Amino acid sequence: MKIFNFHLMPYAHANLEEIRRQGTSWVTYSNAFYDPKKGADLYHEYLDQLEFADKLGFDGVAVNEHHQTAYGIMPTPGVLAGALARSIKHGDVAVLGRALPLVNNPLVIAEEFATLDNLLRGRFIAGFVRGIGAEYHTMGINPAESHARFHEAHDLIIKAWTQPGPFEFDGRYYKFKHVNPWPRPYSEPYPRIFTPSSGSIDTIRWSAQKRYTYCQTLAPIAAVAQTFSLFREEADKAGYQATPDQLCWSNAIYVAETDELALKQVRPHLEAYANDFLSRNPVMMSPPGYSSVASVKRVRAMKAFMSQRQSAEDILEKGVVIVGSPNTVREKLAAYQDLAGFGISLTKTQFGTMPHAMVQENQIAIAKEVLPYFKNRLPQPHVKAAAE
Amino acid sequence: MVNPVYQNLDVRGTPVRFMRAGKGAPLVLLRGDDASEGWRSYMDALAQSYDVIAPEHPGFGGAPKPEWLDCVADMANFYLDLLDTLGLKDVRLMGLGLGGWIAAEMAMRAKGCIANLTLVDAAGMKVAGANGIDLFLVTEEQGILDKFADPSAGKAEQEYKLTAESEDTRIANQMVISQMAWSPRWHDPNLRKWLHRVDAPTLIVWGAQDRIFPAAHAHEWQKLIKNSRVEIIESSGHTPYIEKADAFVKAVSKFLNAERVPA
Repeated sequence: MKIFNFHLMPYAHANLEEIRRQGTSWVTYSNAFYDPKKGADLYHEYLDQLEFADKLGFDGVAVNEHHQTAYGIMPTPGVLAGALARSIKHGDVAVLGRALPLVNNPLVIAEEFATLDNLLRGRFIAGFVRGIGAEYHTMGINPAESHARFHEAHDLIIKAWTQPGPFEFDGRYYKFKHVNPWPRPYSEPYPRIFTPSSGSIDTIRWSAQKRYTYCQTLAPIAAVAQTFSLFREEADKAGYQATPDQLCWSNAIYVAETDELALKQVRPHLEAYANDFLSRNPVMMSPPGYSSVASVKRVRAMKAFMSQRQSAEDILEKGVVIVGSPNTVREKLAAYQDLAGFGISLTKTQFGTMPHAMVQENQIAIAKEVLPYFKNRLPQPHVKAAAE
Repeated sequence: MVNPVYQNLDVRGTPVRFMRAGKGAPLVLLRGDDASEGWRSYMDALAQSYDVIAPEHPGFGGAPKPEWLDCVADMANFYLDLLDTLGLKDVRLMGLGLGGWIAAEMAMRAKGCIANLTLVDAAGMKVAGANGIDLFLVTEEQGILDKFADPSAGKAEQEYKLTAESEDTRIANQMVISQMAWSPRWHDPNLRKWLHRVDAPTLIVWGAQDRIFPAAHAHEWQKLIKNSRVEIIESSGHTPYIEKADAFVKAVSKFLNAERVPA
């Protein structure tokens, strides 16, 4: 298993009372609550944490893109990946991902990713996402065109990376007389591509067909296992067998001496993360056209569930994150890998309000107690059968 | 109540369904997000004097979103094709909400076939200082209440609209609406440039307490369309044809009858 250190870069000093009052940390939670002095400190702490992860032996570091929210303050993740590109000496740097439909010129993403791939001499992973529903409100992009724009932007970027320019591109949403981006990617033919998703069947199928790595965002492990199984089926249909390194699970891990101590320490930060930073109004999450009729109905049904606060125990119970003693964390991660069959763990070591010193201790503990046990570990299918 | 006839039509490859009832000159009624709903009392009153034709927008009712649909102007051109296909002349064109925006774009483009135009709490205009509620950020339940001045009338409308049978249609229709109205939100800045081309006599009807498009919008339309006047319906929200149906029918009948052209 490869273990990446993933960061959301939350604005940890968010006013949680205000978020609770508004029912969301997205779109309408005012940026008047952002203090640049505190924010600047956070950026440096978070980048320090990712550089530290590289020294500790994580297989790579990852950042992502979100807009106009305290949940994550990386609207332009390429800037942060660029800040890391010269200090991350060993592992990969992944941007998971950039939201293609949200830009009116996807060539800027082709250029940005190619530049990062050059800086990193190929230790770069390119992520493509649609952006979440709330971002169609904040970026003014029509959600009814989300899927079509995503596919067209993707095709344009791949073409720009593979077909010598200049050429003309005449799409429905994107039209360019001269496409000839410099630099070309360092990797041949282009960087490894990850496609993070919350589990939409369209994305799973498409990603499997393209032989990309599918990355499942935060979800209970049982649902993750189901999703990965769908991916393997879609790969079979496409005429090949999916490998574990095409399956990536996004999680969070916290290690302390004992289970009790770990839970006690992590509770306020985990509960703030799950209940406040992640909280979004369901109407914002599924603007019309962003998802299918069936998905909209599913989100509406979730509304009641989402309005209840979750305890740290609930979140652990469902296998959304792993918290505990070194032994517990190793056992659970191995069991989850065997159940779901992933080869990459995209692991947050900071979440919600967790402060810098605590994150570093967590990173050290993971590096010492977890990473060495999972080098080259593959899913064990027989254990999976037993778990079922 | 009269029973409308339900008809299907193929307009240059796009299927469209409409309800039709009444006798007299043709009155084409373009509705908004309610365009999949059935016959209602205000239509009945209009059908006493007019041949009321109320289409369901293409892409509504579970039909696929038409390949040609990018914006309201596309829908306006489609409906001009529909008038041609039905062979309608001297049309009384009435648009409610989103339908008002479509109707105004039709009247801008067509000279001759539109006898007069009625815009009711129409979308399409941006008026500085008169922003309404963003319907894309509220639940369906809340959105219906927001459209009424009287909360109890809003509750009754919730009962009427929010049925389990219609849920799929309502969600699918929103995707078509979003295609047209998401950005710029509920308006087209280009309208202002060309509304002077509307030469049909125009009545602008507005709910005094419209919280979606406040009544300042009515006066803005009136300034931009040369041969127009405004009728404000008191104690009504965004849908006066539902909330104050009698006052609404009275106001529009007076206009339509005065403008009556011998058939």
